[in-house]
Amino acid sequence: MNAASMNALLAEHPFFNGISSRYLDLIAQAASEARYEPRELIFHEGDEASEFHVIRRGKVAIEIFTPDRGPVAIETINTGEILGWSWLIDPYRWLFDAQAIEPTEVIAINAIQIRESMAADAVLSNELLRRFTPIIVARLQATRMQLLDLYHVDN
Amino acid sequence: MSITELAKEPMVLTDPMLPTWFRVQSVRRETHDTFTLELAGPNDGGEFSFAPGQFNMLYAFGVGEVPISISGNPVTTDPLVHTIRAVGAVTRAMQKLKRGDLIGVRGPFGSAWPVMDAVGRDVVIVTGGIGLAPLRPAFYHILAHRNDYNRVVLLYGARTRDDILYRDELKQWRGELDLEVEVTVDSSVGRWRGNVGVVTKLIPRAGFDPENTTALICGPEVMMRFTIQDLLNRGVEKKNVYVSMERNMKCAVGFCGHCQFGSKFICRDGPVFRFSDIEDIFGIREL
Repeated sequence: MNAASMNALLAEHPFFNGISSRYLDLIAQAASEARYEPRELIFHEGDEASEFHVIRRGKVAIEIFTPDRGPVAIETINTGEILGWSWLIDPYRWLFDAQAIEPTEVIAINAIQIRESMAADAVLSNELLRRFTPIIVARLQATRMQLLDLYHVDN
Repeated sequence: MSITELAKEPMVLTDPMLPTWFRVQSVRRETHDTFTLELAGPNDGGEFSFAPGQFNMLYAFGVGEVPISISGNPVTTDPLVHTIRAVGAVTRAMQKLKRGDLIGVRGPFGSAWPVMDAVGRDVVIVTGGIGLAPLRPAFYHILAHRNDYNRVVLLYGARTRDDILYRDELKQWRGELDLEVEVTVDSSVGRWRGNVGVVTKLIPRAGFDPENTTALICGPEVMMRFTIQDLLNRGVEKKNVYVSMERNMKCAVGFCGHCQFGSKFICRDGPVFRFSDIEDIFGIREL
């Protein structure tokens, strides 16, 4: 896919809605397409968080591996959603595993390049943080609700 | 057709305080703590008319009485169906019932889901846990009158894969081309390949037109609170959001006051409320 096509693809996504063409060009230059088969690991807990992903199609499970129970899925990320924000926060390591559970097509964005650009451009930094913060807050809120164990009744 | 017409004269009740004996036709295990009773009325069954969302008071002989939503098909009302979670002495006694045993029934009581008001609109049903049981009659009604509605969305959350209610029916509904049915679980270990996360996570990507949507919600109150917020965030109007409330109902006819909810009685004015009618009291913790 050439840069113009990638640019157009990103521009259609709500996450990039309203971002300036200059920044969209910059992100498109750091973007590439990737495909994952079911059960294929997209990233692994503890590894360097060097990319984030726009899910074009498919479903990805965010998992924690436990010695006694195996992988425990915390949440699933679906078509249209953004996968990965550990690349924003020092020490830039994935906090969970991400595993495709359906054939999954993504746009992978090189986070190292983006981080460097953000360090040099406060406006870009603000733009991206402003877009990622609601995602982080929504996932925190969802996790809090999961912790409530709403459907459990003590007998 | 109005809701009143939907809930025709009940078959047996002349005195709403007097239970009528129904006979257990079958007991079906749904999950580890939830089961479904199919009940036949006196004289080998016959019509038991109700409107989707209404409840009965079920009486386990010598143990006690509990309010249980009717979860069967209002279009084909025989047998009378109740899905029950065994969480106390009465419901645990009901879990032990066998085919042929007797159970007391008073009802139907309470308000109904606005299935007639939703005609011509998108219908979004958001439910969690056993909250699917009170909504199933509304879903049956919509399926039986599918051409009367636009998009129909059912979003269902369960605790784990093993806690999913009406699994076979959900699979069947998911296979229909003109229904959007999404299931999610709060916690997953092992071979579940479906959605993981709270049910509200399904709302942003569900396909409906917020301005032309009627939303029906049933589940734990916290879940309903966040669901309402997410629906409002998407643009659904408060007046088009309906919730089913639960309180400690005893008499079921508005006499005893056990289920008082502000100026309302859940048993008589509810359990189904238009959210805009109870918004002022919905968030009051003391109620």
